[in-house]
Amino acid sequence: MAYARYIYIWAALIVLTAITVTTASLNFGRAGILVVLAIAAIKSTLVLLYFMHLSSEKRLLLKLLVPIAICTLAIFIGLTFTDVMYR
Amino acid sequence: MASHAEAAHHVEGPWYLDNGKRPGIRGFITSTNHKRIGILYLVAVLSFFTVAVILGVLMRIQMLSPDSKFLSGQMYNSIFTLHGIIMVFLVVIPGIPTIFGNFFLPILIGGEDMAFPRLNLFSWYLYMLGAFVVLGSILFAKGAVDTGWTFYVPYSLHTTVDVPLAVFGVFLLGMSSILTGLNIVTTTHMLRAPGMTFFRMPLSVWGLYSTAWVQVLATPVIGITMVLILLERIFGIGVFDPSKGGDPLLYQHLFWIYSHPAVYIMILPAMGIISDLFPVFSRKNIFGYKTIAFSSLAIASVGSLVWGHHMYVSGQSDTASIVFSLLTFLVAIPSAIKVFNWVATMYKGSVKVDPPFLYALGFIALFSIGGLTGLVLGALSTDVHTHDTYFVVGHFHYIIFGGMGFGLFAALHYWFPKMFGKTYNYKTATVAFIVLFVGFNLFYMTLLILGWAGMPRRYYSYLPQFTDLQVIATVGSWIMVAGLGLMFGNLLHALFRGKKAEADPWGGSTLEWQIPSPPHFENFETPPVITHGPYVFPRKADTGKTKKKE
Amino acid sequence: MENRDHGVGARVGMWLFLLSEILLFGGLFLLYSVYRAKHPGDFHAASMELSRFDGTLNTAILLTSSLTAVAAVFSLQELNKPKRTIFFLGATIAFGLAFLVVKAFEWTAKFEHGLYPNAAVLMKRPPGEILYFGLYFTMTGLHALHVIIGMTVLSVILAFVVRGKATQERSAALENAGLYWHLVDVIWIFLFPLFYLIS
Repeated sequence: MAYARYIYIWAALIVLTAITVTTASLNFGRAGILVVLAIAAIKSTLVLLYFMHLSSEKRLLLKLLVPIAICTLAIFIGLTFTDVMYR
Repeated sequence: MASHAEAAHHVEGPWYLDNGKRPGIRGFITSTNHKRIGILYLVAVLSFFTVAVILGVLMRIQMLSPDSKFLSGQMYNSIFTLHGIIMVFLVVIPGIPTIFGNFFLPILIGGEDMAFPRLNLFSWYLYMLGAFVVLGSILFAKGAVDTGWTFYVPYSLHTTVDVPLAVFGVFLLGMSSILTGLNIVTTTHMLRAPGMTFFRMPLSVWGLYSTAWVQVLATPVIGITMVLILLERIFGIGVFDPSKGGDPLLYQHLFWIYSHPAVYIMILPAMGIISDLFPVFSRKNIFGYKTIAFSSLAIASVGSLVWGHHMYVSGQSDTASIVFSLLTFLVAIPSAIKVFNWVATMYKGSVKVDPPFLYALGFIALFSIGGLTGLVLGALSTDVHTHDTYFVVGHFHYIIFGGMGFGLFAALHYWFPKMFGKTYNYKTATVAFIVLFVGFNLFYMTLLILGWAGMPRRYYSYLPQFTDLQVIATVGSWIMVAGLGLMFGNLLHALFRGKKAEADPWGGSTLEWQIPSPPHFENFETPPVITHGPYVFPRKADTGKTKKKE
Repeated sequence: MENRDHGVGARVGMWLFLLSEILLFGGLFLLYSVYRAKHPGDFHAASMELSRFDGTLNTAILLTSSLTAVAAVFSLQELNKPKRTIFFLGATIAFGLAFLVVKAFEWTAKFEHGLYPNAAVLMKRPPGEILYFGLYFTMTGLHALHVIIGMTVLSVILAFVVRGKATQERSAALENAGLYWHLVDVIWIFLFPLFYLIS
């Protein structure tokens, strides 16, 4: 069926959701947030690459946009933490 | 894409005569043509600039004596707030990208319009709506906003004046800016003429392009910050309220995360235009094209990392202050590189100081002074002394008014013949420049001195020992405003009574000088094919010999 | 040339707009990270008030709506079957509505328990919990607003397809509407663990 690859991605997303809910019940302590964020990042990457067609995108500019946004955000949050963490 | 109906209606001749589907003003405010939209912005921006100048004049009259009753404290607070909001959000941030970016970007890259013409018009509608909301907030019964254009919490959360309307207006203006930036990035990537590689684009395009990235990435943060003020005031969500565990300093972080890059939105397009002017008026290729292009990108990126230098004395951690101070010193480097390259362009060139170049030289002088005072503010120890004094006010007026402002005036004088097909009086323009320059320095240099002597900003009164300098500053401001009046008067006169301008009055080498003055509805009869860089001097037209291809 | 590249200009513009949306939420993510780092225990305690079932259900709903959204685009762009596109767009909008209904139930439950900004019950809780709920309503509220906007855009595109204004050759608007919807999904992919899965 033509829609097969999309259904596979959707299934992967559902499985990852189940995993992330389960890991939340386990106690990873401080690392917990990193685990759930990592899984969220994987899910988002799947949506970006396959539902939003970035994997078949020819223009380099479009592939770079989300990494640019994430980097920008990471820097904003990071530099803010140099204040908040060291008061 | 430009609407087919509009294209079918167009007539040969100047762009402003083409009425599309509707005649007159209605034709203008419903047109998606980039040149008309540029003019819509020109009229709007200069009108709001006039309002804000008047507010500034009122402030300076108040400061003529320490016990002046001209304005009450409350009125003074509202006036400096509105002066700031109008200047920052209605004039200086949108100014060059919306006026000259819209009018000239497509022409400079050999295209016919922006990537999204209808979105472009919508940006103007958002801008006007935001402007009316902000100005409208003055009239509401609860009173004009008095928080300073920075809307710091906790005051902005508790003051009874109409903060919500003002911040909503700023939100709308932010949306307009994002859409403009998005349009500029897409246009630059997608609509360059054949042969126009990135490194054959004029540096004014590089300026607009780097700016547009900042517009898209940084402006949303002020958007959400304004929304948060609304939510705090209306619902009390608590994120900035210490009684609920909130941190007022996080407001300052969020605010300056945008508002510092905003000053690069202000200056980068101006620097780009200056980069276009130096080759033309030195009859020589720009020194270090790629360096200037990359420095624009460097300023845009590193400049987004320095916002904490507005917060050294706010209670921010020492660690953060040190990091931000270091980054602030780093961002001065690409700016300085530009100044060296511009000056180096003049070396062994054939310099002609026509009015546009006069303003460009003024830009160099004033921007350099402003930049140097920025180092005083960027260094932690000296900032403790100068923070929130007139030294800061002097600094940013040198940079913004002396930099962006003079850049805008230079662009106006450079492109006026092209846009309107009329010539203005060069002698009057020169006199206006001199009056403006003298008044400007008399005014703002005095502010720097006053600030160093301890005069705080945003005060409606002061200690008697500052009186003499305050009077000198006010007189300087009057001379400055007289210069502005003469300058604009000269151009307005030329608009209606000026002699017809030729296609290429300055001997330029970028694409806009190869089309008629004023341009027709369609920019190019045949799409240009580019085979060399933007600043090839001496030109074939000058020497008659074949020039080297780059 | 691939069909899709006819609309490449509009696609570039749309992606840039999505970038600005990411940064818009970014400011809120900044506040969240600071306050969670400051009050880890309070954030955990407050998150226990939320229904993990509702959150997981909503995540599944949005993920499925993303599937139907991309199926809608695929059906028109690659398969040229507009009737299927109409079906899938309708399904996507329906899923969006379902999401909002679940969210409405969640919010009402919080209101009934007095856990909303400035409520007397909430004010007695520790500051970390007050901030958690302040951020919860702000971020899920802003997200829900974007769901509504997305549903509106999709409805407009649905009308285009029905009226034949969107076709296999002119599918840029449909594709861009899909991109917007996927971004709404991606934002929720992050909101879900940050509010519901604090261990």
